[in-house]
Amino acid sequence: MNARVHLLALAAALAALAIVALYLKRSEVYLLTLWAVYVMATMGLNLTAGYAGQMSLGQAAFFGIGAYLAAILLKLGWPFLAVLPVAALVCFVVGLALGFPALRVQHHYLAFATLGFNVLVYLAMRNEEQITGGTFGISGIPRPTFLGIDLGGHVAYWYWTLGSLVVLGGILWWLLRSPWGRAFAALRDNPIRAESLGVNITAYTLLAFAIGAAFAGVGGVYYASLVEFIEPGPFHFSTSLMMLLAVIVGGSGKFYGPALGTAIVILLPEFLRGSSTPWLKFMQVWYLAVFGIAVVALMIWLPGGLLSIRERLDRKGGPQ
Amino acid sequence: MSAAGPSHGDNAGKAFLEVREVRKHYGAIKAVDGVSFKVGPGEIVGVIGPNGSGKTTLFNSILGQIRPTSGSVEFCGEDITAMSPLELSRRGVGRTFQTLQVFGQLPVRDNLIVAAQEFQGSLPGRLFAAPDAGLGERADRMIELFRLKHVAQLPAGRLSYGQQKLIDIAMAFMPNPRLVLLDEPCAGVNPSLVDQLRELLVELNRSQGGSFVVIEHNMDFIMKLCPHVICMVEGKVLSEGKPADVQANPAVLEAYLGN
Repeated sequence: MNARVHLLALAAALAALAIVALYLKRSEVYLLTLWAVYVMATMGLNLTAGYAGQMSLGQAAFFGIGAYLAAILLKLGWPFLAVLPVAALVCFVVGLALGFPALRVQHHYLAFATLGFNVLVYLAMRNEEQITGGTFGISGIPRPTFLGIDLGGHVAYWYWTLGSLVVLGGILWWLLRSPWGRAFAALRDNPIRAESLGVNITAYTLLAFAIGAAFAGVGGVYYASLVEFIEPGPFHFSTSLMMLLAVIVGGSGKFYGPALGTAIVILLPEFLRGSSTPWLKFMQVWYLAVFGIAVVALMIWLPGGLLSIRERLDRKGGPQ
Repeated sequence: MSAAGPSHGDNAGKAFLEVREVRKHYGAIKAVDGVSFKVGPGEIVGVIGPNGSGKTTLFNSILGQIRPTSGSVEFCGEDITAMSPLELSRRGVGRTFQTLQVFGQLPVRDNLIVAAQEFQGSLPGRLFAAPDAGLGERADRMIELFRLKHVAQLPAGRLSYGQQKLIDIAMAFMPNPRLVLLDEPCAGVNPSLVDQLRELLVELNRSQGGSFVVIEHNMDFIMKLCPHVICMVEGKVLSEGKPADVQANPAVLEAYLGN
């Protein structure tokens, strides 16, 4: 796809997302916004795991750190746009620290190290009641205003989140097109060769974690303001698993993979749950079973995720 | 080709490798046992020897992949013993591996660019650099030289073994290194490509002026390419000198063919 067609297709998709919100129910717009918020986090995870090849099961922890920071600071009266860089920076620094185990261990060992980190953060959220409100959480998180425009309405907040997602996507696109993006891919494909060619694998490994974490932190800020009440539950490591699944199902290392994967993994069940159409009601009951089988089938036939279907078809065309 | 690689500093043109009494022992096994040799600027040195004679272990000891048990390695007057591959790459020392080592999911052209981009500017600076880090033309010239133009935009991992081997070697030369250690460049390469590979190495030696150390089992290739050959057996240097002299040495013949 050339650049112009790509841009046109993207603009059309964004316009459709913007217009459709005017005709959807309040709860459905909420779900769309939830999707965009999760995509912010899974986009970051796609950089860490998909582009740089560093397995992470701790993304929900950063999402949570961002959300709690937002809840606390917004309630203290901080402006939303001041909270964003703070959340991004804090998650970047914590992400750097989490990157250190990746310098020692890889693959499933790294997955467990990051999972342990998620459990730790979750326990802190649950037990540090004075800061986090413990299991009671923090309620009454305000939604922002921007240039005097109140973004408290569900459609207004959807536009605000969608616009922010586009900006974040643009930043990631630019980063991946820079020499850094190529170095991340080299780190993923062959770290030993990369190092022999001057790629500082220590720096890029840490950066992959830190930048991925910063994206999740930003997502967490939007999440807190969307749901207006947070408690530790949504930041459990099972959310990290779902985020990783979203990246893999959509297409790990594919730019639009997280958007597609998040829609399928996180959004679809919510839509099905809210539907009253008879056959969809059947799906509500059997959703998890069908989903489980579909994921197994996908991993067998399309291990690169749904967006790798073209490569799969190209390969069937014969050897190069 | 213009210099695009690591800083050559004040020692440019004085590329010089000196390996002194390098040993690598694994318990009672003496994989490398007191090997010494020198490589002059622009020189091509061949390393031959039967399987298990310690050639690759010697390479890995020189290149920081493993720490030698004893001995030292000096490059341009600097002690580089046990330096990391990253530090060595910054000093202009490159290598290829015995097995294919390309970045499988990256297109061929990106494989070549990434091989040199980390020597361009600083780490933060590269975030804001042009997507090709200013190396597009250089990569295209290398693609031309290695006759890879028709596959330049394809992921390297999808190409044939021979094509990947060419990419692998081209990558090592992208940063314009002062010294390249090539570990069996002809392994698994079809005979028609072997001659092409030799011509390419001669051309790169002429145009870039770097020194090469080449491990190879293909005697014809090594005899034609290298003016100086070292034969290793059981971790030691058995014979050293002009290719014809080494080849005629009865001890070398015995090592290869047995009594």
